[in-house]
This record gives sequence, C-alpha cells and structure tokens, in this order.
Amino acid sequence: MAIGLLGKKLGMSQIYDENGTAVPVTLILAGPCPILQKRVPDKDGYSALQLGFESRAGRTIAKPMLGHFKKAGVDPVRFVREIRLNDCNGFEVGQTLKVDLFAVGDRVDVCGVSKGRGFSGTIRRFHTARGPMSHGSTYHRRPGSSGASADPSRTYKGKVSPGRHGAVRRTAQNLQVVGTDLERNLLIVKGSIPGAANGYVVVSKSVKTSTKTHGGPTAGK
Amino acid sequence: MHQIVREFEAAHLKQDEFDFRPGDTVRVSVRIVEGGKERTQDFEGVCIRRQGGGMGETFTVRRVSYGVGMERIFPLHSPRLEGIRVVRRGKVRRANLNYLRRLSGKKARITEDLLRSRKMAGKKAERLRALVDMQGGTVTTDATTEAQAEASGESNA
Repeated sequence: MAIGLLGKKLGMSQIYDENGTAVPVTLILAGPCPILQKRVPDKDGYSALQLGFESRAGRTIAKPMLGHFKKAGVDPVRFVREIRLNDCNGFEVGQTLKVDLFAVGDRVDVCGVSKGRGFSGTIRRFHTARGPMSHGSTYHRRPGSSGASADPSRTYKGKVSPGRHGAVRRTAQNLQVVGTDLERNLLIVKGSIPGAANGYVVVSKSVKTSTKTHGGPTAGK
Repeated sequence: MHQIVREFEAAHLKQDEFDFRPGDTVRVSVRIVEGGKERTQDFEGVCIRRQGGGMGETFTVRRVSYGVGMERIFPLHSPRLEGIRVVRRGKVRRANLNYLRRLSGKKARITEDLLRSRKMAGKKAERLRALVDMQGGTVTTDATTEAQAEASGESNA
C-alpha cells in the first residue's frame, strides 16, 4: 500500500553505469497525475487515491464522467485508476502528483497488460520442450499426451494445453529506479515492464522493498 | 521508437563521428581492468559487420592471430571503448562479411577502397572519382598507380 503514479510505457533503451556495464532500461512517461477522488474508510470502506493520467478532449467523454472531472476541478483524462493507501492524509483532490515521488535507487512495481499472443501452443505458452524437427520425427510442436486410459478416466489437473496467451494484467516487481526527469515526466527503471510501447501502466513503490537500496547504477541524466 | 526515447538516447550517445564500414580495418582501443589496474588494450582487425542502432549499436571485429580466427563484438557507445581508428578502408560488396570466416591466407584479403581512403583527400579524390565515372566504374592502371604513389608520398611525409 504505497503511493504510485499512472504512466505510459515509452520503450526500452540502454545506458552504461560507472563501471561501463550496460544497463537495460525502460522509459516510462509517469504523471502528471491529478487526484480525482479520495476513497475514505468511513464512506468507501477503504482508503485510496483515484488518479488520472493523460488529457483527453472533453467532447469524447460521457457526461457522467465529465461531471466527475468537473467535481475534482481537473481537466478530463484518459486513464483512471485507484492507488490503495493506508492513509490518504496529506493528499487533496485536485492536487497533481508528479514523478518526483520517486528517487534514484528506489524500488518500484510496474503493473500493466502484457502483450497478447493470441491462441498459442504449449511451447510458447508454458515453455514445454518441443520434439525433434527432423530425422523422421512427426512429433514437432505437440502438447503431449493428455493422460492414461480407463484408469484414471480423466485428464489430471494442471495438464498444459494450447490456448489464449498474454494480454493479461501482470506486475513486474522490485524494479530499480535508475533516473527521473521531472521536466519531461520521465521515469527510468532497470529492466523490462509488461506490455507494448504506449501501453498504460501503474507504477507504485515496491511492496517488497519500499526503502532505498544500496548503490546501483546511476542515471545518465 | 517514441520521440522521448530518441531524445533520451541522443543525450547518451557518443558525439564522435564513427566513419567506418564493414570491410574497413580498424584499431579499437578498449579499457580493461587487470588486477585492479586499468589500462588500454588495442584490438586490430577487419570490421565484419555493424549491427543495431541507437544505444544498442554494435560492431564485430575479426582478426586472425597465430592462425586462429578471433572475433570481438563491441558496443559502439560503451564508455569502455576509448577510440576507433580506421587503419585501412576496404572495398566490399556486402554488409555482413561472414564469408571471411571460411577463407584464409591470400583469399581472405580485402581490396583497399582508394576512393574512400583518407589518404586521398580533396581534389585528388574528386579527380579520380570523375575518372571512374567516365570509364564506367573501372579505374585505369595509371590513375591507380598515380594515386598510390601520391598516397605513399603523403604517408611518408
């Protein structure tokens, strides 16, 4: 339950740390996020902040939603999500959260929708091994046996099969913040995050370690 | 690629101009840490490919030492890479010179590209280029020897 921001994945690149080691980084356009609403335990049963991200033309938005934005006194936004908090004190509706919430060395979790892979076989979907492609083999990329016969007369649970893969909500945990750029609302984290470029993501302080960690690569900027 | 990613990379890219292509013989200076001490090591060989773009651009250098072929892949924008010097400009017709791997001895030679050679700057190169155009792509022996003579004269000076 730590504070976070909404953002958008811009793409990946790489930088070099002081030892000259290449560090893979993902660039996230994080914030500015206006607070649209405060959820309070008395009324809503939990506390959270409702944040918005990326402006959107008012004429393309339904009237009830427009009213909601008007009440908060903020411009209409495209992406709205709640961030659960233990305590909402110190935050006001209409206030804008920016990327200075995070500092270099912080650990964050990034949540987004992974790339959709359509109807995929078990090799891509569950990383099963494939059969030989040649030497007379006819068993190339099949899912394998679904089980025995009369006994047990059923397929065991957990048997992997082809099916829809990807396009689900996934969280990349404990990513290191390598740099921030308040001017351009840029958050740079080490490693990859779910989804394609231009996908919306929720960045929050890591649930595993929300404290500053030792050392780490310095941001180029 | 997103504009902001491009700008981010632009701020991190080396500003030097890397004027070499596959086929060129290059001398690469790399910083290496050896027993706590840092020194520069040179690796000279033929650049057999340049791959990728932006921060991820790399190039492969191949050399044969003591009869053993050796290839190293260098990230172009790595801070460990101190410098790249073009020793010789080669004339090749493809971007990936993988065919060099199965060649040895005289077959593994690459013709020098005199038109791109630094040794022939300015008007002399222009004159030669004009000559090449006139004769449909072939350089006469006279022009070549003349150019080589001038080139060697300059390098001696």
